[in-house]
Amino acid sequence: MPAHHHGGVRPAAVTARGWGWRHAGRSKPAVNALDLDIHPGERVLLLGPSGAGKSTLLHALAGVLGDSTAGDGGPADSDDADESGSLLIDGEAPRDRRGRAGLMQQDPETQVVLSRLGDDVAFGAENLSVPRDEIWTRVHEALDDVGLAHLPLDHPTSALSGGQKQRLALAGILAMRPGLILLDEPTANLDPAGVLEVRDSVGRCLDKTGATLVVVEHRVSVWKDLVDRIIVLQPGSGTQPAVLIDGAPDQVLEQAREMLIAAGVWVPGYVPATRRRSLFGGPDIENLPVRQELAPGQLLLAAEGLAVSRERPRRRGFKSIPPLPIQPDITAQVRAGEALTITGPNGSGKSTFALTLAGLIPPVGGKVSATVELSRGAGIDPYKWKAEQLIARIGTVFQEPEHQFVTGRVLDELQFGPRHLGHGEERVDELLERLRLTGLVDANPYTLSGGEKRRLSVATVLAAHPQVLVLDEPTFGQDANTWAELASFLSELLDAGTAVVSVTHDQEFTHVLGGTELRLDAQGLSAPGVGPAGVGPSGVDAPEAATP
Amino acid sequence: MRAALTISGNHAVLTRANPLAKFGGVFLITLVLALSIDWMSASVALACELLLFPLAGLTFTLLWQRGWPLIIAAAVGGWSTSILAPDSGKILLDVGLWSMSEGSLELGLGFLLRGLAIALPAVLLMSCTDPTDLADALAQKARLPHRFVLGTLAAMRLVGLMAEEWQTIGMARRARGVGSRGTPWQRMRATLGQSFGLLVQAIRRATRLAVTMEARGFGGASRTWARESTYSRLDIWVLLGGAAIAAGAVIAAVWAGTWNMVWLERS
Amino acid sequence: MTTAAIKKTGYTWRVADIVVAALIAVAGGVIFWAWSQGANVISAPINAVYPPLTGLYAGGWMIPAVLGMLVIRKPGAALFCEAVAATGELIMGSQYGTTVLISGLLQGLGAELVFAAFMYKKFNLTASLLAGAGAGLFCGLNDSFAPWGWNIAYAAGDKMAYIIFTAISGAIIAGALSWIATRGLAKTGVLSSFASRKAATEPVFS
Repeated sequence: MPAHHHGGVRPAAVTARGWGWRHAGRSKPAVNALDLDIHPGERVLLLGPSGAGKSTLLHALAGVLGDSTAGDGGPADSDDADESGSLLIDGEAPRDRRGRAGLMQQDPETQVVLSRLGDDVAFGAENLSVPRDEIWTRVHEALDDVGLAHLPLDHPTSALSGGQKQRLALAGILAMRPGLILLDEPTANLDPAGVLEVRDSVGRCLDKTGATLVVVEHRVSVWKDLVDRIIVLQPGSGTQPAVLIDGAPDQVLEQAREMLIAAGVWVPGYVPATRRRSLFGGPDIENLPVRQELAPGQLLLAAEGLAVSRERPRRRGFKSIPPLPIQPDITAQVRAGEALTITGPNGSGKSTFALTLAGLIPPVGGKVSATVELSRGAGIDPYKWKAEQLIARIGTVFQEPEHQFVTGRVLDELQFGPRHLGHGEERVDELLERLRLTGLVDANPYTLSGGEKRRLSVATVLAAHPQVLVLDEPTFGQDANTWAELASFLSELLDAGTAVVSVTHDQEFTHVLGGTELRLDAQGLSAPGVGPAGVGPSGVDAPEAATP
Repeated sequence: MRAALTISGNHAVLTRANPLAKFGGVFLITLVLALSIDWMSASVALACELLLFPLAGLTFTLLWQRGWPLIIAAAVGGWSTSILAPDSGKILLDVGLWSMSEGSLELGLGFLLRGLAIALPAVLLMSCTDPTDLADALAQKARLPHRFVLGTLAAMRLVGLMAEEWQTIGMARRARGVGSRGTPWQRMRATLGQSFGLLVQAIRRATRLAVTMEARGFGGASRTWARESTYSRLDIWVLLGGAAIAAGAVIAAVWAGTWNMVWLERS
Repeated sequence: MTTAAIKKTGYTWRVADIVVAALIAVAGGVIFWAWSQGANVISAPINAVYPPLTGLYAGGWMIPAVLGMLVIRKPGAALFCEAVAATGELIMGSQYGTTVLISGLLQGLGAELVFAAFMYKKFNLTASLLAGAGAGLFCGLNDSFAPWGWNIAYAAGDKMAYIIFTAISGAIIAGALSWIATRGLAKTGVLSSFASRKAATEPVFS
């Protein structure tokens, strides 16, 4: 009889012997020759470069890797997924042990299944055919464990924040009473407060249940103190084992520090080196032509008493009711060669403000006005500009690069803007080179890696040569290498005279760019118009302890 | 659109009825109305439906906000029927393709009322039925395969997200120089591009959601239900109510001599 | 019996198939909702001139049926997607009331029958056009002859015109567009875990 002393949870053991997996339609295996033993109750952080198969391993342990019989309906295909060796949980195939492992992925929206809080927690237990009364006992207990017990069971899950959604997902996993908890970059999409919220919940639940943990995460500092073992994977091959280094956290971080830094892992205490900002038009600008037409500090764009909201006016019968603004009164200025960084908690309307400033959302109140130097005859209100007028003046890089792809090929993607404008195609090669995209010109943009997509989306917007660049969370979820590259590139752009407006949670990034910080505070929707947001240039020379 | 999917805050009596019973009641009314195009049966049903509004927690303001496209659609349906139905009686209008006679006008008017009387109960039904309860009833009572019912329910939850994403993609594409303003042709091309962008995100999201569901043990042959879908005495009243409205409409129309079976064409 | 065994596994719906099919239908609803906002400007005058011409616009409703099948490639996909799309429409508020479910099922069936006739082995342009036309045909028949059809009272000639228009619209909007979209989707890599992952490199006609 299994020991039930930890709330009915028996920690699971993982064994891999020469295990490998090739995804359908791929020529190379995602994981090859993996040998691994994880003992019951161990807490493991999995690290490694992208392409080392970390997610594949987690999916396999969760029993959700597409089975190789899922094919076309025709005869078995050489192109189908392929498994080799063995990967076992407690000596059995994960697929046969549904519910023994629980998996949390990165995107909070897809970690919620149902629209009522209680139902969502119950979902896993229902699927495991747990009796009804027992399900509700587990639901209450799990919600309590993740600190969501204060919400009613029919609370709409769509009203939760990102961090709360991930904690809800954890509750749903706990209600299955799994012996193995698998976390696949669980905090990559969260703001700093959400990251800690989720990390602490996981820690408390592990202390209570004693379950085994395997977590994949680039930001080592978040998990370092919670795990007792770090395993570094590498893309395995016939000659090299999949496990590169394996041991206690401090020991691994010391031994493999250089290698991890090279792989873009955020190693604690290491801030990637970035280019320093120099004076306007400084001597060390590579490749970028200095904007001769603009004087440094020239005012380009101003927001006065701006009220913003993403919602459109509602139509009640024939009347049109303006939406309630998230921010009622913002004043800000954008100047050539200067950075404006917009910070503040989630839900404070940072992105909405930036997109309003960028001429993509109409203001609810107040106004955005472009100076003559920026508008060059297009009119004062950026929202009224035609799309091709807009891109040559204000470029906006969205948080999700895929939202901005408009063609099926990297090169077309870069040439799209210049072609529409009828000039500037000569800049394309330069951008390809500068953002290391030259080898990818024929690829489909959607098939690129996360860092490549981010670089491409910046390059495509810059190809139209805008004087103002607006970026929404440009460093979100990026590895340390892409981060450093991006920060350096933007500081160079600033020195060359472009104005850079960025929305970010990232203090280190804010520090590298310098300039003005505009902090927006959360406005209670119940108390609209409580006065101007916490505005005012505050030097960012002394940032708070930066912990990327 | 996100708000369209939730009935939270609605505590009207019909929210407590089993969705299948409500559906049955609505189906009876719809069936009877479908059999005849006449103003009498349609008006009687329409009047009864309007009386039921408070029971479903609907107000006329809410109806106008959510239902005005239906009213316009019904009007358009009435118009097209009155100009295209075979003519009978005095010709009122005859311009090229268009011709309207007393007979076709009466038919068109009946059609307009019937359109409303068919559309309204569905609005009524959905305004007091939570999709989660509907799914529970479909899987537990109607015995539809639970994998399909719950898979669909989980996907439906993302509709609000998809609508938001649609807007974001529109803005993101404008920031690339793709205008959603311009000639109809340009706008159509822009819409197609935006649709493709949304489809990619929809499939990515769905694939991840499916992994989440499978990792929570979903997909097996059997499962238990945390909440039982039940029938109550209220459901009998709902069905009886539906049947009464249906019968009332038929009796009134037969009594008034306007009952007009759709397949018995008038020449 | 080996072929039967292979077919059995290949034709079984996985969870991913169900959720993706449903979300395609849901996203289709969002797209069509946005589309009809803009298209009202065009469709209203057409309707005022010669109502059967609105049949040319009907293909948009049938995209989920053809697109769902082209992506999922499992029996029942067209029927399932169109039924889900109709349910979504019902929830949002439909001018057709609950009869929208019947329309949805019939349109899905029209497309499903064509794919079934190809033994669920052909998903090329020909099959897509025919499936779209099949869905359009069933849509036209339902609207013109079913008691709840909106065009039930039209004269016979107008009904015929309407049915021809819906079939053409189904073939072009639902058939051709879905086929093009599937190839585009396959190129982006999002279909990598589905039977249609190689759609972009398959021959157009054979």
